[in-house]
Amino acid sequence: MSTATAQKRGFGAAIWDYLTTVDHKKIAHLYLVSGGLFFLIGGLEALLIRIQLIKPSNDFVSAGFYNELLTMHGTTMIFLAAMPLIFALLNAVVPLQIGARDVAFPFLNSLGFWLFLFGGIILNCGWFLGGAPDAGWTAYAPLSAVSPGHGVDFYVLGLQISGAGTLIGGINFLVTIINMRAPGMTYMRMPLFTWTAFVTSSLILFAFPALTVGLFLLMFDRLFGSGFFNASMGGNSVIWEHLFWIFGHPEVYILILPAFGVFSDVLSTFSKKRLFGYTAMVFATTLIGFLGFMVWAHHMFTTGLGPAANSIFAIATMAIAVPTGIKIFNWLFTLWGGSITINSAMLWALAFIPTFTIGGTTGVMLAAAAADYQYHDTYFVVAHFHYVIVGGVVFGLFCGIHYWWPKMFGKILNETLGKITFWTFFLGFHLTFFIQHFLGLMGMPRRYWTYLPNQELDTGNLISTIGAFLMAIGTIVFIINVIYTSVKGHKVSGDPWDGRTLEWSIPSPPPHYNFKQTPLVRGLDPLWIEKMEGRKGITPAEPLDDIHMPNPSILPFIMSLGLFIAGFGFIYQVDNLAFLWVVILGMGITLGAMFVRSIKDDLGHHIHKEDLEEGADQ
Amino acid sequence: MKGWMAKFRALLLFGSLTLVLSGCGKENLSALTPKGYGAKSALDLINISLAVMIFVFIVVMVIYAIVLVRFRKKKGQEDFIPQQTEGNKALEVIWTVIPIILLVIIAIPTITITFDLADESAAGDSINVSVTGNQFWWHFNYEGEEIQTSQDLYIPTGEKVYLNMKTSDVLHSFWVPALSGKMDLHPENENTMFIQADEEGVYDGKCAEFCGTSHSLMDFKVIAVSPEEYEQWVEDMKNVDPEAQPESADAQEGQQLFQENSCIGCHAIGSSPAATGPNLTNFGDRTTLAGVAEHDRDTLIEWIQNPESIKPGNRMSDANYEVSEEEAGKIADYLLQLQPSDITPESATSNE
Repeated sequence: MSTATAQKRGFGAAIWDYLTTVDHKKIAHLYLVSGGLFFLIGGLEALLIRIQLIKPSNDFVSAGFYNELLTMHGTTMIFLAAMPLIFALLNAVVPLQIGARDVAFPFLNSLGFWLFLFGGIILNCGWFLGGAPDAGWTAYAPLSAVSPGHGVDFYVLGLQISGAGTLIGGINFLVTIINMRAPGMTYMRMPLFTWTAFVTSSLILFAFPALTVGLFLLMFDRLFGSGFFNASMGGNSVIWEHLFWIFGHPEVYILILPAFGVFSDVLSTFSKKRLFGYTAMVFATTLIGFLGFMVWAHHMFTTGLGPAANSIFAIATMAIAVPTGIKIFNWLFTLWGGSITINSAMLWALAFIPTFTIGGTTGVMLAAAAADYQYHDTYFVVAHFHYVIVGGVVFGLFCGIHYWWPKMFGKILNETLGKITFWTFFLGFHLTFFIQHFLGLMGMPRRYWTYLPNQELDTGNLISTIGAFLMAIGTIVFIINVIYTSVKGHKVSGDPWDGRTLEWSIPSPPPHYNFKQTPLVRGLDPLWIEKMEGRKGITPAEPLDDIHMPNPSILPFIMSLGLFIAGFGFIYQVDNLAFLWVVILGMGITLGAMFVRSIKDDLGHHIHKEDLEEGADQ
Repeated sequence: MKGWMAKFRALLLFGSLTLVLSGCGKENLSALTPKGYGAKSALDLINISLAVMIFVFIVVMVIYAIVLVRFRKKKGQEDFIPQQTEGNKALEVIWTVIPIILLVIIAIPTITITFDLADESAAGDSINVSVTGNQFWWHFNYEGEEIQTSQDLYIPTGEKVYLNMKTSDVLHSFWVPALSGKMDLHPENENTMFIQADEEGVYDGKCAEFCGTSHSLMDFKVIAVSPEEYEQWVEDMKNVDPEAQPESADAQEGQQLFQENSCIGCHAIGSSPAATGPNLTNFGDRTTLAGVAEHDRDTLIEWIQNPESIKPGNRMSDANYEVSEEEAGKIADYLLQLQPSDITPESATSNE
């Protein structure tokens, strides 16, 4: 059921199709579009920030509005752009890579998406309802607890709801990867992207509850008069820092690991070589996952935890450089001796290596606690985390999107436009952020609305702003590319890149049941093995038979809508208790939908053997 | 330890030199031109880790360059299938062990310096100052001296001054890049750090923890003077007569207005520890108004009449008072003549 057939059925039907879909491939489209939209909003906020900082003592935006911009830029980019775009790739690719027909819980998959989307909308509602959140994306208490207006309430409720969506998504992929692998797909034969998806999902499972707890405490402080973070009531502001970073640091790895997976697959495919040191790569990934939970306090070196705690967390943080270094060298040696094709997807992967090495090395520098006393909360940190998050995650997303675009939509993105996107964005990125390392050490703290003249910070900030515009141009060219390709692009085969993994063994875009017959996996890079042995496709593991598929459902949308409504009730009951009725209404909708889901049997449907044999569904 | 570090510093002179040429930032602000103990230690550590990391980066880039030059797909070899290498034990051991050694090289000085900078054993015999962070200004209470200042922290050169820090509202972070790294201020626990200036000077300080609307305007100064000058300053500050009558008639009227409009309710003059607003005892000696604006009569009048225009979100904007421009001028006259000591920021810069 491709988009073409959907269009024939009319626009309304297509909308309904997407509102009710439980197909992982369509949910990937939903994540891609909404994540992309939030990426543009976050980017626009970044541009306004850079325009404000283009010269000293500028007043392009007011101080208060600037704080809303910086808060929403960070929150949007992490929670509403990077996370859903990662989930877009996970949804589009992971079930295909393990030879599954869908995820383990298709209904939950849809629920996860709609929760994320409604949470994201709540967050952004602040712009129109008297002020967006303005306490920084880290929302440190007590500032976040005392920030006037409803801004931070939107942050709390929005993230709580979208966080629940992410948690559901994470659990779903964990179960999918554990249970739904095709026969022969042992753990050590999984493509590295699937491995990173697996580790990322387990990180989500353990990290997000810490955020949930923190947000609940903050919600009670703000909306119901408790004092968890209020020192005068016996509360403690440091607790928030701990809770936030116990979530926040693994979050960095939640984002970067799938990007590592993308690069591993892309570098291997386009150098026509098996991934060098596959076993080491898998262990490095899991090790990074484990260590990721033991380093959160390096965000708190200046909190005053004392030299012993600082030293321990410094060493633990440095330790992460070892598995990360292993990865870098394994990537380099995957390329070594290969036959390297450089196209748009590969450009992003190749650019990632030096960029991320810079981000990683400044990470080690930041781990040196006593030196961090200087770096902390300055533009040095801003430069560092943009090197890892843009240079790692965003490069990874661009790379993955160019690589899997033909699998998702059946067309290859235009190469010329792809290269223009790459070069403008890449140069703009380094122009924007490299200089910021020095700005930080020269005395510019982060989250500064303005800086005074005569502090020798002018040139650096000007260069940085110019770079930001180049990145914007690159992004615009990418959007043009997407439109151009969907109008003019040519249909491609199921395997345009001479791929190595299972997703390339089926048509592009795949039929909604993915695999007519579940494939039999005979080693790492299963498709490559079959090709080397002269076969055309994957050997099936089962005879052609009826396929059981889940039914679409509108219930996930309704459940999320209910929480969305209840969220507003919670926020405004502070002003007027009558809004408690809105809470009751919203919760009623959600619980009602859950009730319907519980009592109504939904056994799914079968695609019959005869229909499959006709192969009509392309 | 200092010995080999000095050698190391010499080794990195070249690198530092390039940095100097490309600009190290403003003197007395930049962490790259350290003038104090903490900042020097931090820069040593930065240089050590930077050197190791540049080495790592070069190694990666060399392999990277070779790969990109040698292993591109060649014309006429489109069907070439490279050997499918699984891995290489020896190589993998090398790139596991060498990074560990490199990290140890960074870790040892990290731990040494981290403990060194947290050393509070000398706090009892040193000058102790209680620092209070407020939205958006700093208060300094010299413990045991009955001296209060706001915005300007006077310290003697060549010795450690211990800062016992707490916030009255939201989190702040005390940062004087040229003297030392930063430390956060919390409402529930006191954090202690020391600063030591090796040279006289007026050092720029900044708030480094996001604290609200005017976070970027929460600048302050650390004024490092010679120990003798500091002694004299302490003496002068202790003997301040808060009720001293100004010389000019305008300033006298200003003093009257200052009391009538209950400015004094928030702004103490003298050593009263009450500090709802900045203490103004030595206001006339300050170099900036509110940390960021010109320190002159006109700006001060503007500040008194409309503080919001200079520092959005500051608490004086909500204060309940009404003064005409003329009255504000007289108050300004009064405040600007509050110069109880001959030791001023100028003393820190003049005798270089």
